Amino acid sequence: MLRLEQRPQPSKTMLYMTPVMAVFATMVVGGILFASMGIDPFRAIYLLFIDPFTDSYNLSQLFVKASPLILIAMGLSIGFRAGVWNIGAEGQFIMGAISGGAVGLALWGSTGWWILPLMAISAALGGALWAMIPAVLKIKFNANEILVSLMLVYVAENFLAQMVQGVLRAPDGMGFPESRNLGRNDATSLPDVFTPLGIDAGGVVMLILLAMAFFLLQKHAMGFQIKLTGESPRAARFAGVKPGIIIAVCLGISGAAAGLAGLFELTGAAGKLTIDFPVGYGFTAIIVAFLGRLNPVGILLAGAVLAGTYIGGENAQFVLKLPAAAVTVFQGMMLFFLLGFEILINYRVKRLRRAV
Amino acid sequence: MSTLLEIKGLSKSYPGVKANDDISFAIQEGEIHALLGENGAGKSTLVKMIYGLVKPDGGQMVLNGAAYAPAKPFVARSSGVSMVFQHFSLFEALTVAENITLGMDDAPNRKALSEKIRSVSESYGLPLDPDRLIGDMSVGERQRVEIIRCLLQNPRLLIMDEPTSVLTPQEVEVLFGTLRKLSADGVAILYISHKLDEILALCDHATILRMGKVVDTCTPKEETATSLAEMMIGGELEIHVQTEFNPGTEVLKVQGLSLPSTDAFGTSLKDVNFSLRKGEILGIGGVAGNGQDEILAALSGEERVATDMIVLDGTGIGQAEPNARRKLGLLSAPEERLGHAAAPMMSLSQNAFLTGRIRKELAPGGVIKTRRTNRFAREIIEGFDVRTPGIHVAAKALSGGNLQKFVIGREVLQAPEVLVVNQPTWGVDAAAAASIRQALRQLAASGAAVIVISQDLDELMEMSDTFSVLSEGRLSKPQPAEGLTIEEIGLMMGGDLEGTHHVEA
Repeated sequence: MLRLEQRPQPSKTMLYMTPVMAVFATMVVGGILFASMGIDPFRAIYLLFIDPFTDSYNLSQLFVKASPLILIAMGLSIGFRAGVWNIGAEGQFIMGAISGGAVGLALWGSTGWWILPLMAISAALGGALWAMIPAVLKIKFNANEILVSLMLVYVAENFLAQMVQGVLRAPDGMGFPESRNLGRNDATSLPDVFTPLGIDAGGVVMLILLAMAFFLLQKHAMGFQIKLTGESPRAARFAGVKPGIIIAVCLGISGAAAGLAGLFELTGAAGKLTIDFPVGYGFTAIIVAFLGRLNPVGILLAGAVLAGTYIGGENAQFVLKLPAAAVTVFQGMMLFFLLGFEILINYRVKRLRRAV
Repeated sequence: MSTLLEIKGLSKSYPGVKANDDISFAIQEGEIHALLGENGAGKSTLVKMIYGLVKPDGGQMVLNGAAYAPAKPFVARSSGVSMVFQHFSLFEALTVAENITLGMDDAPNRKALSEKIRSVSESYGLPLDPDRLIGDMSVGERQRVEIIRCLLQNPRLLIMDEPTSVLTPQEVEVLFGTLRKLSADGVAILYISHKLDEILALCDHATILRMGKVVDTCTPKEETATSLAEMMIGGELEIHVQTEFNPGTEVLKVQGLSLPSTDAFGTSLKDVNFSLRKGEILGIGGVAGNGQDEILAALSGEERVATDMIVLDGTGIGQAEPNARRKLGLLSAPEERLGHAAAPMMSLSQNAFLTGRIRKELAPGGVIKTRRTNRFAREIIEGFDVRTPGIHVAAKALSGGNLQKFVIGREVLQAPEVLVVNQPTWGVDAAAAASIRQALRQLAASGAAVIVISQDLDELMEMSDTFSVLSEGRLSKPQPAEGLTIEEIGLMMGGDLEGTHHVEA
């Protein structure tokens, strides 16, 4: 018989081990799944988890995919620390891309170093304002931010569809529902910084923001208030924390980060706004945030792992005829195992002798 | 009238405390019997034994002439003993009838049950619609559901644990009507309360518990609130004579402080007035739940009131937020150590920052000064003999006494002008309690004003210069503690705000 027994103190080892265990369990159970589908499990696991990190072409793609995931997850993790559950980063990602992209399209034909920064500011504002809707509704009416932010994703998707068929449609695009290609226009395309690793200007900004997030949480009074609110709301009130400000700051930061990620995706990998522009980064980033233990360094690693499954998934689709949904199943499985293993942080498994 | 339940020598011990010690009394059929006592007197343990939730260590019970030893609540219910708890167990998303079905050991079909709920509830003056959702009902209505749930089992004895703490005065009247009708129908009621006026108005007999023992029995109709209060707090109180109390100038003035409670289980503060001088220790006594948490919240700034209700050094601060008050010198230490005064999973260093940020300038401009914060945490640990491996240990890893020393030390070392503490030694071992009291006395001796809110009258008598009592959200007029008699304290607890018998010293 096995029994769970509460630990006197939460285990530090388990805190860092559970993400590793979750990835490992996903490999094992995923392998069984592939085997039952008649696919060589070892080859599939290799393609999904190892190949993205060893092959040089894949490696350059890795950072391109990981960068938006990490940026969004960094923003989300700050809110999650405070118990503010922004599930709508996908919507803020879209709104950021639209607001930043609109600036770039409006300035079409102009040149200057200032255009991209202006687009980035507009994107961050667009994402932050979109996130202010759940923030205000929560502060004023105590509306559940999980539901509101999630529902606004669908609103944003429809707004995007309207935009690419309407004002943002390329004038010379033969009526296709898509914008001009910002990625092929010097003034509005994201410059590369270190091509072998796929690091572009967006990646650099992401790394700087990640360092700032680390500083905020570790060294700044606002970060302390955020953590305190998540851990003990009553103690936070006693310490003079104003809950409304924390809600607004957390949603604001995560919305701005997601909006910025949207712009980097638009001016980098995607190039133009289309109906298919959102690919689920805003949702996958939730997994990244948790897999990274809501910790900036952890998120950096977790972002790479999740980005790997995207790249590996594409390769596996091509090589092994793996269904496209398999990657989503994999990502879901990873979150599932992570949350499941989390019980081991506060509990330990004890083997019981059979009762006499 | 014949005896329904006889209790003979019931005892129950928990590690370190005798919750019930040789308790004996009898409940007659159809009587309303009060069980009266301060918090921690052993009322809850006793009724849990009667209801089969706790197994006694010794003694017997006799119900209707037969031995009665319920192993589980359903045994108690099938023997005709039901209980209405202070906190309800109802599902908000379900209807009245569905909730009642869940609690029944042998539920009839839905339609018959609905009919029965209607008829029983109406015949006892507590009308209930079986199809309403619990989530849509007020606290008073929810209590009705709990009562009807019990009545459907045709109890011979109904135990009610502080039923009026959640009710409005109008609802209390309705409830009393119901209880009197039940009593007339022959159902005995064991009524637990510390509200003296209710017991005077409702009960036929009263058994008074103190420190786990029956200290007295009486017929409330022949008593007064004062005499009941005296029985409750007992005659063993050490009357303290504080030497040399030379208060300085007035530092804090609270005038007409009223604060409506936001919580269904809370108490509203009503027109609280007092003034505090430098070097003074004001002891605020009274049974828990009479406004203690609320008065601390109003003073700490967690709840805001009108500006002039609280005046510190001539400045109205009723609207000021907690950190603004800290800056001015008004500090506080709430009762609940984990989750209110301190964040359980955070380190002692972070918990030192929690309230020390402003006065100790631990984050000027927003960036946390880690070294300064750690030094402050170490000062607290050393100055207040907090036994812990170090400042990076989580607050929840500390024993209650050690954490309380940390919490009190954190405020004392910030050199407050006024310090408000709620239950400073609750659940703390004797040695730690003594050192906490000593620290508070020294703080006052150095010229600060201290408010000690406590349920421990011995502690208050030992420490206080002036003394008053919170009773249903009202504060009695503070009296010099020197020479205060049991009778006078009893009067205050009974709700006499002026302390009329006392000669002004």
